[in-house]
Amino acid sequence: MLRMASSFPEEVLEHVFSFIYDDKDRNAISMVCKSWYEIERWCRRRIFVGNCYAVSPPMVIRRFPEVRSVELKGKPHFADFNLVPEGWGGYVYPWIAAMATAYPWLEEIRLKRMVVTDEALELIAKSFKNFKVLVLSSCEGFSTDGLAAIAANCRNLKELDLRESEVDDLSGHWLSHFPDSYTSLVSLNISCLGSEVSFSALERLVGRCPNLRTLRLNRAVPLDRLANILCRAPQLVELGTGTYSAELQPDVFSSLAGAFSGCKELRSLSGFWDAVPGYLPAIYPICPSLTSLNLSYATIQSTDLTKLVSQCQSLQRLWVLDYIEDIGLEALAAFCKDLRELRVFPSEPFAQEPNVSLTEQGLVSVSEGCPKLHSVLYFCRQMTNDALATIARNRPNMTRFRLCIIEPRAPDYITLQPLDDGFGAIVEHCKDLQRLSMAGLLTDRVFEHIGNHAKKLEMLSVAFAGDSDLGLHHVLSGCENLRKLEIRDCPFGDKALLVNAAKLETMRSLWMSSCSVSFGACKLLGQKIPRLNVEVMDERGPPGSRPESCPVEKLYIYRTVAGPRFDMPGFVWTMDEDSALRLS
Amino acid sequence: MAFQRDGDLNLEATELRLGPPGTTEEPEKQTHPTTTAKCNKRSLPDMNEESAGSRTNNSNVSNEKKHDRTSPPTKAQVVGWPPIRSYRKNCLQAKKMEAEAAGSGIYVKVSMDGAPYLRKIDLKVYKDYPELLKALEDMFKFKVGEYSEREGYNGSEFAPTYEDKDGDWMLVGDVPWDMFMNSCKRLRIMKGSEARGLSCAV
Repeated sequence: MLRMASSFPEEVLEHVFSFIYDDKDRNAISMVCKSWYEIERWCRRRIFVGNCYAVSPPMVIRRFPEVRSVELKGKPHFADFNLVPEGWGGYVYPWIAAMATAYPWLEEIRLKRMVVTDEALELIAKSFKNFKVLVLSSCEGFSTDGLAAIAANCRNLKELDLRESEVDDLSGHWLSHFPDSYTSLVSLNISCLGSEVSFSALERLVGRCPNLRTLRLNRAVPLDRLANILCRAPQLVELGTGTYSAELQPDVFSSLAGAFSGCKELRSLSGFWDAVPGYLPAIYPICPSLTSLNLSYATIQSTDLTKLVSQCQSLQRLWVLDYIEDIGLEALAAFCKDLRELRVFPSEPFAQEPNVSLTEQGLVSVSEGCPKLHSVLYFCRQMTNDALATIARNRPNMTRFRLCIIEPRAPDYITLQPLDDGFGAIVEHCKDLQRLSMAGLLTDRVFEHIGNHAKKLEMLSVAFAGDSDLGLHHVLSGCENLRKLEIRDCPFGDKALLVNAAKLETMRSLWMSSCSVSFGACKLLGQKIPRLNVEVMDERGPPGSRPESCPVEKLYIYRTVAGPRFDMPGFVWTMDEDSALRLS
Repeated sequence: MAFQRDGDLNLEATELRLGPPGTTEEPEKQTHPTTTAKCNKRSLPDMNEESAGSRTNNSNVSNEKKHDRTSPPTKAQVVGWPPIRSYRKNCLQAKKMEAEAAGSGIYVKVSMDGAPYLRKIDLKVYKDYPELLKALEDMFKFKVGEYSEREGYNGSEFAPTYEDKDGDWMLVGDVPWDMFMNSCKRLRIMKGSEARGLSCAV
């Protein structure tokens, strides 16, 4: 084996490795022998760090000296729902500072749920001469001043995508910082910004960038300016409109319809804030070729929604509000046979009574009619075990299934039984299920089903479920591929965690909030397993000031080779050998 | 009447305020405004104890809620539930606030048994049931009597009723004001035996 490995010159091996992109494959290559490890690390160009605290910037730079593309994720997923207090962490600046010297040829930075400051953006703008791609997904901490620095300095920028980030929107003036000589824009997503950018600057920018494929505008762009923008970019493949509302005027309508017709490559639409039904027909000509439609901000009712989706025979992805109702989903099932992903969001999430006629039946219809459906996010107010079992039998190809019933612990509304068997059917039939989010009244039995059947499951989200530690034990001991587990408001305590402590090192992270894990157990875990960071979050004050048996508010456990972090706010404590001694 | 109860959550439920039904505006110890991403500095000892408690208690509560449809919505809003991103919530809220601020009224037809023609009123003009009933009394020159939850309207041959979203005829005053405003399609002031029948059936 050794002789074979060394009989190829390095250059040849490097050339072969350059065709391998997948991280897992590259990791496997690096484990073959020492020389392959060395060759591979010098030619790895792209790294993905799923938890920015699992490793430190110097460690990454030391191993991979020639990286061109970095992807980092910061806060735990439940931060999306305000469960992670402000100041928790996820700061990108230390990474940017380290990479500014180590990777002068860095081209791409993709961040998710991280705190990005204007200083970080300014540092990016001046450190990387060939910078091309900046994607800030659900990030926060920066203002439009930081964006101005990027626009002004990144001559080769191709992609600027701010999806769902929270930006301190000082003004729209930043867009005008793209110099007139700048023409390389391929993708721009400013849909999360509130303030108005200069429309003429926007139009000129769009007009001079011939490779522009993706343009997601923000709500402040009025409907009557959309036609002009589209006419300047007929090559667009993905468009996010601004406000889709205006007084019905025939000339505005006809220029809009004409502009849409001119965009022969358009495959994805989003935006549609405040959509008025009268302007929907403007997109009818391109509906048959649409593959992705995001109507989740459009407050149009089921009749208009039904008419719209019935024309989208090529649709693969639909995001929509529950205004679509069961009747609209039946039409979807009948006309959109290529549908792969469906997300239905609640229009009135806090209302106690249903405001629309959307029930479990809608999802059942789609599961029957759409053979390629494999990814579902569905908010509703009622569910039955039968419906779930039907969906499971219809769609054994399901890979991502997230159900949310608005009322926590809601039982099967017909039998009043827990939904254990329904979700049991899902994990039994859908053998490739990777992601599951459960809802309704659930006992330990559902976790038994999951532990027994969900062998490919990688991410599980649980809320208001289970009876005892046995539930958690089933999941931790049975789900071989589990990487991320997030739990809130479940009666899980110390036993299951301590018995399955070794499992935690095989996962990316575990989140538990409003459960019954004691401070004592957290200390024990932190002491016993060195390569885990056990972080306790408690806004009541130091956990050591309460009895050891007292449950902690929030617990975040993740594997790491970087040791405990030092950028924690006052309400986060790491349980490790040293701090455990300090706290007790 | 719902608005007459004091010192309990129903009072809040009948107040006119901006925002979707079922939300509270003021941050309180047990409830959590989830409309901005930055308001997470509250400690939640109550929440922890409640939710880490027995499942059976809570499942009974939710069963009760399903069966008792005339009970007003409970107000304890759970942090981060339902699991919706802040920017979505803000979007929906912003839309509602815009609609309400824009003055798009909720116009409903009002008929009275025996009256020759119908009237139309904007429900948004009134902030609670007493105001609405006074306006109806003035408009149709009648007296509505004393409301009680048990017996409906006592001391009058008239009973104010409304048709809700499901097409059912309900007695005005049973549900919180916000819920009434959102579900009322038309009003009818019933007279005589029909009115008495409805009141007694309550």
